[in-house]
Amino acid sequence: MAREYETVIGLEVHVELATKTKIFCGCTTAFGGAPNTHTCPVCTGMPGSLPVLNKQVVEYAMAVGLATNCNITRHCKFDRKNYFYPDNPQNYQISQLYLPICRDGYVEIETEEGSKRVGIHEIHMEEDAGKLIHDEDTNCSLVDYNRSGVPLIEIVSEPDMRSAEEVIAYLEKLRLIIQYLGASDCKLQEGSMRADVNLSVREVGAKEYGTRTEMKNLNSFRAIARAIAGERSRQIALLEAGEAVIQETRRWDDAKETSYAMRSKEDAQDYRYFPDPDLTPVYISDAWIEEVKGRQPELRTEKMKRYKEEFDIPDYDIEIITGSKHMADIFEACVAICNQPKKVSNWLMVETLRLLKEKEMDPEDIRFSPENLAKLIGLTEQKVINSTVAKEVFEVMFDSDVDPEKYVEEKGLRTVNDEGALRKTIEEVIAANPQSVEDYKNGKDKAIGFLVGQTMKAMKGKADPASVNALLKELLNS
Amino acid sequence: MNILDYTAVELSDRIKKGEIKVAEAVEAVFARIDEQEETLNCYITLEKEKALARAGEVQKQIDEGTLTGPLAGVPFAIKDNLCTEGIRTTCASKILSNFVPAYSAEAVANLERAGAVIIGKTNMDEFAMGSTTETSYFGDTRNPKDTEHVPGGSSGGSAAAVAAGECFAALGSDTGGSIRQPASHCGVVGMKPTYGTVSRYGLVAYASSLDQIGPLTKDVTDCAAVLEAIASHDAKDSTSMMREDTDFTLALVKDVKGMRIGIPKDYFTEGLDSEVKEAVLAAAKVLEAQGAVLEEFDLSLVEYAIPAYYTIAMAEASSNLERFDGVKYGYRTEDAKDLHAMYKKSRSEGFGAEVKRRIMLGSFVLSSGYYDAYYLKALKAKALIKKAFDHAFAKYDLILGPVAPTTAPKLGESLSDPLKMYLSDIYTIAVNLAGLPAISVPCGEDKKGLPIGLQLIGDCFAEKKLIQAAYTYEQCKEGN
Repeated sequence: MAREYETVIGLEVHVELATKTKIFCGCTTAFGGAPNTHTCPVCTGMPGSLPVLNKQVVEYAMAVGLATNCNITRHCKFDRKNYFYPDNPQNYQISQLYLPICRDGYVEIETEEGSKRVGIHEIHMEEDAGKLIHDEDTNCSLVDYNRSGVPLIEIVSEPDMRSAEEVIAYLEKLRLIIQYLGASDCKLQEGSMRADVNLSVREVGAKEYGTRTEMKNLNSFRAIARAIAGERSRQIALLEAGEAVIQETRRWDDAKETSYAMRSKEDAQDYRYFPDPDLTPVYISDAWIEEVKGRQPELRTEKMKRYKEEFDIPDYDIEIITGSKHMADIFEACVAICNQPKKVSNWLMVETLRLLKEKEMDPEDIRFSPENLAKLIGLTEQKVINSTVAKEVFEVMFDSDVDPEKYVEEKGLRTVNDEGALRKTIEEVIAANPQSVEDYKNGKDKAIGFLVGQTMKAMKGKADPASVNALLKELLNS
Repeated sequence: MNILDYTAVELSDRIKKGEIKVAEAVEAVFARIDEQEETLNCYITLEKEKALARAGEVQKQIDEGTLTGPLAGVPFAIKDNLCTEGIRTTCASKILSNFVPAYSAEAVANLERAGAVIIGKTNMDEFAMGSTTETSYFGDTRNPKDTEHVPGGSSGGSAAAVAAGECFAALGSDTGGSIRQPASHCGVVGMKPTYGTVSRYGLVAYASSLDQIGPLTKDVTDCAAVLEAIASHDAKDSTSMMREDTDFTLALVKDVKGMRIGIPKDYFTEGLDSEVKEAVLAAAKVLEAQGAVLEEFDLSLVEYAIPAYYTIAMAEASSNLERFDGVKYGYRTEDAKDLHAMYKKSRSEGFGAEVKRRIMLGSFVLSSGYYDAYYLKALKAKALIKKAFDHAFAKYDLILGPVAPTTAPKLGESLSDPLKMYLSDIYTIAVNLAGLPAISVPCGEDKKGLPIGLQLIGDCFAEKKLIQAAYTYEQCKEGN
């Protein structure tokens, strides 16, 4: 009988914090500057420069820790992790080993078997490294320190997950919490959220964990799922063949759907961690914790509950809308203007989701403003435009956030409410389509649809379909 | 009277009175440098043109009355581990031999705001690692009192320059005695302030938790004036303190009546040269004669201080010096096939023997499996030493002792036996471990004519007591 294996997974998640300035200097964290323009003596490791901690980093880390049920370390310290690499200008990274800011937390995830707790071992603060660019033309390596010193938190889970589904549920949960807190935008593709997967397998029922590997370079949820499946199979195949799993770091190649070993435990570096003498310990008082707690915005669970009470929209809609902090913000702002929760929800659930999917975008990338969506809803409510035109306008709005009122005026998209003009057009359509008129009179109701379509076409879409329908019937039946 | 015989404060007075021009003072210093520098080698870099241009600007501000402080117009020397914008800063190492900083250390900027004219960068032990100024890539500095002898170290260039009249005052840095010991060996005043009093921003770090910048001067008055100028709270240095008592010149008062001075017995045991011992105890008598109350006591921590100090200092140094890798600035090897070889060769060729020894020892004490046994234990010893001093300062205003066990050794004597050199720091390093202020004041000479220094140690933030006692001693000692 084939042996059955259980997968044991723990995650190390790096999240880039949304501070305006770097963790130890005043340089901007903005993306897109020319190389080495967002730098100073501190983040380029110049002799004699010294780090000064950015308070906002501590507050974001505390906020994430509090939202994930962690204990806050009242007296935390920074340590130096020593290793030589050119993207690391001091050749040590300032991180936290001995006294990380948060410990012993958990998040609840939904699984097929119901709700499950995933433990959080610790959360620590650290600095990001710069970027190395290898220039093939000149056979030179260049370094850009713009990202050097960008603040990160690393969230280390307990080995509590057992499947790719649980891993993704955990990551989604973390992402939502952190986005809701405003601590990061958590975009995997852009690297503001990065996950390393620690995975081992063991026979079902075994008490001891198997030897684990660490998988890096996972840039999407899909890549994570594939890497987990791939690594599980690889480890099981080794065990089945009577070989041992080697503790090592592996790099996932998503294009080839395979991984290769980067370094094994034997050549693991000794980082010679020790407390950074340039930074004083951080003392976190109860008052400070309360202050951060007090500023904590409404998180998703609370928001879902409130939506259920306040808005008459389906649970499924609530789930989707609150599944993105940005979408929920748009929803609430728009409802506040137009007071039409159902209509707003419909636009988000149908047209917005369709366009996001079509354009392969995330809800975080939505650009139209709640004001303009409210205006569009107003235009359809007042029958200034019909629903077909509204969809066309929305598509433009989705791309470039145009003001729908101005756009409708400029493009002359208003519904024609002149009954004389409509009657004249319908008369012409009836005259031009004797066969359809005949069919209608013979009881083929479908024929009226064709005649409505022809009328709308002749009116260039700017008629109200209900009025067209009524008038057509009146004229045909007279 | 020769311009060079004035103290810094006296010179500034005469400049402000219009009797001497700033440029004359600068020229006088450079004339002395031209005469002696070939023998003494106090400086790594001299900036005569910049100094004269700066002298013009300072003169203008003095003439306009916008610059009035006690150091306005004074030519200064800066230890070469303090960054100076546009002036090469080498730390006496090949690995930084071509490094020109884009910014000045906060202490240097403060000094310039006070009207100082920087004339050059002084020689030192490479990365401040040494007690003799012999580990410099730029050659040794000679003691102006006897050129067969070392000036002490690591701020040996600064101490020798002040003693030789090659500047009016200087800045040094003190990690384990690097200001006080060369001051003692060269017969000048040197002070290490309370940790956090002077910003370390722009000081190329040796051991971050122990390093402090301080003055090397001709007398106690100059010392107080320089310390007052360079002390500041600096938001760029997390370990910088907010102090409101930095008006140190107010402490230049001749009065030690009722001052309780503790004399630690363990500072006067074997290993202390008898001439040094006599001179230091004679100095104590001078203070007693002025009304100070002397008492012997057991500090009993000396035996832990040296191992704790070297463990902590070398551990921090091994990490602080990692940034010197040939990638961003400084020396890079000519031939390296790959990244690893570039690191290895640049650092092997760029650092001297003493620096490499300390990097290796420091890396060892931090390595996995040894961290607890060495580094953590050293931190515990450091805490105990602080406690022992706290205990002493509950009873005494100041502690009095020698600076170094002997007068300046002969050239080449110390480097041949590094352990012996480390042991010679015995009276100075505990002060750094405890973060305390201490001052070295000349208190005589041995039979060979080599200067002896008296060390006064204060509790944290007790600089004013130190200055007052040192000033009183200076005013009352034999010959004054």
